[in-house]
Amino acid sequence: MAGRGTAHLGAPEDSLLRIENLHVRFPTGRGTVFAVTDVSLDIRKGETLGLVGESGCGKSTTGRAIMQLPPPTEGTVVYDGQDLTRLKGEKLRSIRTKLQMIFQDPISSLNPRRKVEDIVAEGLRIWKIGTEAERAAKVDEVLEAVGLDPQVARGRRPHQFSGGQCQRISIARAVVTEPDLIICDEPVSALDVSVQAQILNLLEDLKTRYGLTVIFIAHDLAVVKNVSDRVAVMYLGRMCEVGPPDIIYSTPAHPYTEALLAAIPEPDPDKVDPDRVPLGGELPSPVSPPSGCHFRTRCPRADEVCVEVVPEMAPTGDGRFVACHHPLVETVVAVGAGSAQG
Amino acid sequence: MTAVDTEPATPGTDAEHLLVVDDLSTSFATGQGPLRAVEHVSLDLGRGRTLGIVGESGSGKSVLARSIMGLLPKYASRTGSVRFEGQEMIGASASDLRTLWGARMAMVFQDPMTALNPVLRIGRQITESINEHLDYSKTQQRETAVALLRSVGIPEPERRLRQYPHELSGGMRQRVVIAISLACGPALLFADEPTTALDVTVQAQILDLLEAQQRERNMAVVLVTHDLGVVATRADEIAVMYGGRIVEQAPTQVLFREMRHPYTEALLKSIPRLDLPSHTRLEAIAGRPPDLLDPPSGCRFTPRCPYAQDKCHAEEPPLEDDGTGHLYRCWFPVGITSKQTTVDSVVTEANVRQGDDDQAVPAKVPPAPPVDGPPPAAPAGEDT
Repeated sequence: MAGRGTAHLGAPEDSLLRIENLHVRFPTGRGTVFAVTDVSLDIRKGETLGLVGESGCGKSTTGRAIMQLPPPTEGTVVYDGQDLTRLKGEKLRSIRTKLQMIFQDPISSLNPRRKVEDIVAEGLRIWKIGTEAERAAKVDEVLEAVGLDPQVARGRRPHQFSGGQCQRISIARAVVTEPDLIICDEPVSALDVSVQAQILNLLEDLKTRYGLTVIFIAHDLAVVKNVSDRVAVMYLGRMCEVGPPDIIYSTPAHPYTEALLAAIPEPDPDKVDPDRVPLGGELPSPVSPPSGCHFRTRCPRADEVCVEVVPEMAPTGDGRFVACHHPLVETVVAVGAGSAQG
Repeated sequence: MTAVDTEPATPGTDAEHLLVVDDLSTSFATGQGPLRAVEHVSLDLGRGRTLGIVGESGSGKSVLARSIMGLLPKYASRTGSVRFEGQEMIGASASDLRTLWGARMAMVFQDPMTALNPVLRIGRQITESINEHLDYSKTQQRETAVALLRSVGIPEPERRLRQYPHELSGGMRQRVVIAISLACGPALLFADEPTTALDVTVQAQILDLLEAQQRERNMAVVLVTHDLGVVATRADEIAVMYGGRIVEQAPTQVLFREMRHPYTEALLKSIPRLDLPSHTRLEAIAGRPPDLLDPPSGCRFTPRCPYAQDKCHAEEPPLEDDGTGHLYRCWFPVGITSKQTTVDSVVTEANVRQGDDDQAVPAKVPPAPPVDGPPPAAPAGEDT
């Protein structure tokens, strides 16, 4: 992966949000951390885009850079015709009502001292949306929509709820201002499998009910596949592969995607693959990422081209795009000379 | 390699039954009365075998592992019997247990960040148990530590010995924790969620490593996890726990093909699978695990069970063997009084959402879980 390019982006008028050439760098005492490098993405209205990768791949940083938390070092984030990276203060804040986030840890993302009704209504109150009574009715409506009984839940505080219920409250808080886009950053990874299924189903229901567009960030490929219309795989700050989940999962084009998929334990005792070669080595330091393709240090197919040239996004002809010099699926426009080598 | 790999001679009488747990119950004294975290658990584990213990948080799986080892706080009490290599563990003196811990049975904990002492060098932490249990010279200890680090796949072991835990990545730290647990060549290893804190690619590396070490040392492993995927291809036998009890126990193949308990079925159906098409509607388990301070009457899964009938509320089913070594605790088992679910049927009968359907109408929203006060307190000692 470790690629760049914008070939995978659709027409600007189709996208709700369009990120181009996004870079995020953090200066630290031991050098600059290259968290996100040259990432371009577009999110179409009404779709769910899954962003997957291991910890440290820059998926959360990308999600936060969209919210300008903090703003990216370089690149543009265009939402509704406006470049968010150029907005400041009041203008940026007012646009954030349309972009909401849900975080990983449902318990620590809620203020323990406030009542649920205050937590959920805060966005409405800040933006003076509706009268007091209208706000109360709206809070009841969203609490009901996330599967909580408003009469019981309103007056309680977060510690009186389980982790799954707290995540429902976080979701209620995110949808109450009627956003266009919700960024879910690992929303189910802190939950038990049985609760995880409840929350995933709830997110799908709310998406239809409120006409939401969702960016779903997670490290669990099976979870991402379940909710996504398109999946983007990241590695060490760069995009590897973008496309429909059913295509990516059945025939991965990027060697990293293949390695990730092979590493997932399936709950089926017959799914033992004796030829499985686990991905060796460790994630390189983001302070000094490898030259060329970021994945080359762990890639079984890497050669000299991968050391020198950053691969560009190229279509594989089935709606999927891959940034690799030696992809597992032939690209339509040959990138680099040796794409047929083994 | 060094002497770490050689097993001390043990009496042959217990070769088949390395660990025999009989009717083990553990309860914690709390302000609201006794919390029965584990009840009536019986297990039998042979040398070199792998037992998977699966369940949600609060099901008692970690407490069970700690109860067997005897790593419990003072306010916990145990009844029943735990025989390890023919020796009774319950009621054994602390000094007797100390000769076993680390030497004959060891534990790998979930979080490699907190399992290591941050102010001691790696080398010192590995040689600690060797120093305690084996009569080795300083040089032998060091050589053993280097060999151990190499065997768990850590490059440049000599240099690592001088490093502190914070200098290693999470995956490397978990390898060090495994090296420590293997140091004295234990006959039984408990792995309590050993890969939950790690990325999938690292998880695969660590599980492969555990398996290789297990084969090499003919070591029995108890693998505690919430992830059915982790045990599916690695355990010989699986015990599913719910509300402090084993609800189903069977050889792995049998469990996935002929599951009998509705909870096992529900767990399997709620997992997102790679081989399911995207936008499959998952079958969530409604409600939540029982409050162990005030458990439901009858079968503990009744409030969440789709097949529950009057008998289930009134009377708790016993854990019974169907004659083939498949144990389950249910009055109306799946596949006998209802249709058999298997690991394959979950995939073939998937309910995929259509792009234009309106499954979001309120009627289809899964029933709201009861908002009924604080969640059940996690049993002490869980998730540490």
